[in-house]
Amino acid sequence: MTVMQHIWIVLGVLFVFLNIAAGLIWVERRLLALWQDRLGPNRAGPLGLFIVLADTLKLFFKEDWIPPFADKWVFILAPAIVVASVLMGIAIIPFAPGIVVADLNVGLLFFLAMSSLGVYSIVLGGWASNNKYSLLGALRGASQMIAYEVFMGLSLMGVVMLSKSFNLTDIVAAQQHLWFVVTQPIGFVIFFIAGLAETHRLPFDIPEAESELIAGFHSEYSGMKFGMFFIGEYLGISLISAMTVTLFFGGWLGPAFLPPVVWFFLKTFFFIGVFILMRASLPRPRYDQLMGYGWKLLLPLVLLNLMVTGAIALWLKS
Amino acid sequence: MISHLRTMWLVFRHLFQKKATVQYPEEKVPMYPRWRGRIVLTKDPDGGERCVGCYLCAAACPVDCIALQATENEEGRRYPEFFRINFSRCIFCGYCEEACPTYAIQLIPDFEMAEYKRQDLVYEKEDLLINSEGKYPGYNFYNVAGLDAGVKEKGKGKNEEAPVDIKSLLP
Repeated sequence: MTVMQHIWIVLGVLFVFLNIAAGLIWVERRLLALWQDRLGPNRAGPLGLFIVLADTLKLFFKEDWIPPFADKWVFILAPAIVVASVLMGIAIIPFAPGIVVADLNVGLLFFLAMSSLGVYSIVLGGWASNNKYSLLGALRGASQMIAYEVFMGLSLMGVVMLSKSFNLTDIVAAQQHLWFVVTQPIGFVIFFIAGLAETHRLPFDIPEAESELIAGFHSEYSGMKFGMFFIGEYLGISLISAMTVTLFFGGWLGPAFLPPVVWFFLKTFFFIGVFILMRASLPRPRYDQLMGYGWKLLLPLVLLNLMVTGAIALWLKS
Repeated sequence: MISHLRTMWLVFRHLFQKKATVQYPEEKVPMYPRWRGRIVLTKDPDGGERCVGCYLCAAACPVDCIALQATENEEGRRYPEFFRINFSRCIFCGYCEEACPTYAIQLIPDFEMAEYKRQDLVYEKEDLLINSEGKYPGYNFYNVAGLDAGVKEKGKGKNEEAPVDIKSLLP
């Protein structure tokens, strides 16, 4: 692959994912509205699509205020971290044979590392705001991330055992005959739940929890800094959906009448839809319920899954 | 877990249900004849103003948004010299309609009266008067009043006895 081709792929992936993240503003509002028997934004432009433009313009023109009591530089840095770390995570996803930004042989570990780095944005943002609600949100975010990070990694080890590789292209190739969702159903469910907690989306939006903490870690943010948290969240949804597809639903694999990239994005959009459906339907658990659920139920379950998978893998080998 | 999945399925099914939204400027909400909206001044069947300038509406108005000045024509018929309603104050309570003894002031089911300038919400008599009898067709106050104001002579109205002839001794 030439250098020029590589640059085009990088730019293409950036363009596509930033546009998906922005477009999700419209998708989420329309879908939520439809599921609540409303219509949602349908005025600006065809089907209301220009609401994305209007929302972005609004964010740009809002007063970009830094509270005088805030830790200025950390306050500015925090929203950038979430977007940067999620975009780094997207770099290792193979969209189609040959279309991947970085075909790392430790791709999966890199993804886990990057999604863990995202928590810095919450903690630093909440800390730098110097606001009690922000700090509470940040603390909650940190403990939630630590709890769910543990078995997010463990739930994927079953996939690694079966495909014998950390490289995502190899993992997709290993699903040529059977998707891993069939052989690793528990792994899939737990990864999805952990991913939900990782992107702190509803029903696991404990760090922001409007009804308890105003807006949690981004209470003090306004203008495009808030917009960065927003975009980071949508990018996170896209990343987790794309990873679910790659790891459990055969990535770009699919019947030949559609090109591989189309299959990949169709599957990804299905999971983005599921994310939004969960927001529309499920209530937020209490904070202690969330932690208890994570440590007491999901962690033993994922360890059991790992043990059984390992035993079967050994048995098949011998 | 099952209940969560069931919840999600039930919510998903709402995708295909009828939406509650009324797309307002294109689709209108059904309005009812007794809905209290814009205030109008109606006319009697002969085309004369019904308002007799009694000030009862102005007195009943809880926000003091009605201002008028009564005057008389040469036949002794009272009418308002000016009649002004400030709709930026009006709360559409309908008390003026209840107070009106001649059914002149009425509230109609029209609410689309947004303006860009506040001053445009002050309606004068020519804006309020409509060429209709409103909710009480056929009603003319001077037909039942004991007053000769050019509509009928004294004693010629409905349910009205002729005036007593004070020059006669007959009972």
